[in-house]
Amino acid sequence: MKSSHQIELTAGIFLLLAIAALIFLAVQATDRGVVTGGSYEVTAEFSNVGTLRPRAKVNIGGVTIGTVDRIELDPVTFEARVTMRIADRYDELPDDTSASIVTAGILGDQYVSLEPGGSPDMLSDGDRILFTNSALVLEQLISRYLFNTEGGDN
Amino acid sequence: MSTAKQNTQPRFQAVRDFGRALLFLGKVISRMRFTRLQFGETLRQIYFAGVRSLVIIVTCGFFVGLVLTLQSYDALARFGAADATSTLLALSLFRELGPVLTAILFAGRAGTSITAEIGLMRATEQLDALDLMAIDPLERIVQPRLIAGMIAVPALVLIFNATALLGGLVYAVFLMGTDTMVFWGNIQNTVELGRDFGHGMLKSVGFGIVASWLAVYYGWTAKPTGEGVALATTQTVIATAIVVLFLDFVLSALML
Repeated sequence: MKSSHQIELTAGIFLLLAIAALIFLAVQATDRGVVTGGSYEVTAEFSNVGTLRPRAKVNIGGVTIGTVDRIELDPVTFEARVTMRIADRYDELPDDTSASIVTAGILGDQYVSLEPGGSPDMLSDGDRILFTNSALVLEQLISRYLFNTEGGDN
Repeated sequence: MSTAKQNTQPRFQAVRDFGRALLFLGKVISRMRFTRLQFGETLRQIYFAGVRSLVIIVTCGFFVGLVLTLQSYDALARFGAADATSTLLALSLFRELGPVLTAILFAGRAGTSITAEIGLMRATEQLDALDLMAIDPLERIVQPRLIAGMIAVPALVLIFNATALLGGLVYAVFLMGTDTMVFWGNIQNTVELGRDFGHGMLKSVGFGIVASWLAVYYGWTAKPTGEGVALATTQTVIATAIVVLFLDFVLSALML
């Protein structure tokens, strides 16, 4: 039987080990959070967001610069309004930037891809991206191909 | 003895047991006192419940990580998605396997010894002796074990998760040649700190409370015979496993 002093010491080491595991798991094995520092919001309206969900990524040229914060339906225009949260260090997006909803691979998640324009004016917090491309809905594409019609809403 | 009792009160025995366990917990909590002596005793119990469980937790965690990676790597490679192995591993560990397996292992390793210890104290009338010396056995014996279990289980879950990830890393990186950065990068891209890791840790706190509560309860209510202590020890494992699995379902449904 160990002395009580040693037992307390070992118990202390055990708890320190657990704290080390906590820090290791929290830092190494979870997302770093794309938007860690300050961020600003921009919105974009799409006629169809497909399966885009909150927390989806917002990319420019494949580099993640933010996440989708929320998706709501505009009660007047019946368009889906996607609010994106973009990291502050990417605060020089031209206001003629266009947004499209694309899919990673064939079965991957959908995300928002931004294409910067050439305007000298920049987007700021709360601004709206005017040029948007809706999500491609595979079923609509197939039906258009099968029936060779002009159907579909986009 | 137990059959005779069941014959006289056959109805709602399970519900009565549950009520008694709840009253017992309430009594322990209401009599809790936090002194310097209690702190040292709790630390000693963390040693017995936590440190002594390390070997089984680390071994089990390592092999669970290894085997889970082995199986999911093979399955995912058939769809050309072998890179997603680490994501699958981390998500299933953090959200389900880590807390549940640790709680059940804890019940088998530490819960049983707590039950047997308290049950034997009851059988050898040590608890009555403490009472005679005006020392409250609930405060002196039960409280440190209860608190130690509640601290040890989340700590063990953290260690279990870390070792299981290590086991997965060994298989995916060293045996199958996945890139280390791909392994960690995929986890970092998908596993969320609050929603996946945090909820798993909340679960482990709940399981810690349940596992140590049932262990002290069955020890305290054990019949003061050899057979009674043996029965109580078995019941601790069975009850903890069932309650943990049920609670896991409820908590998962609540949190998702």
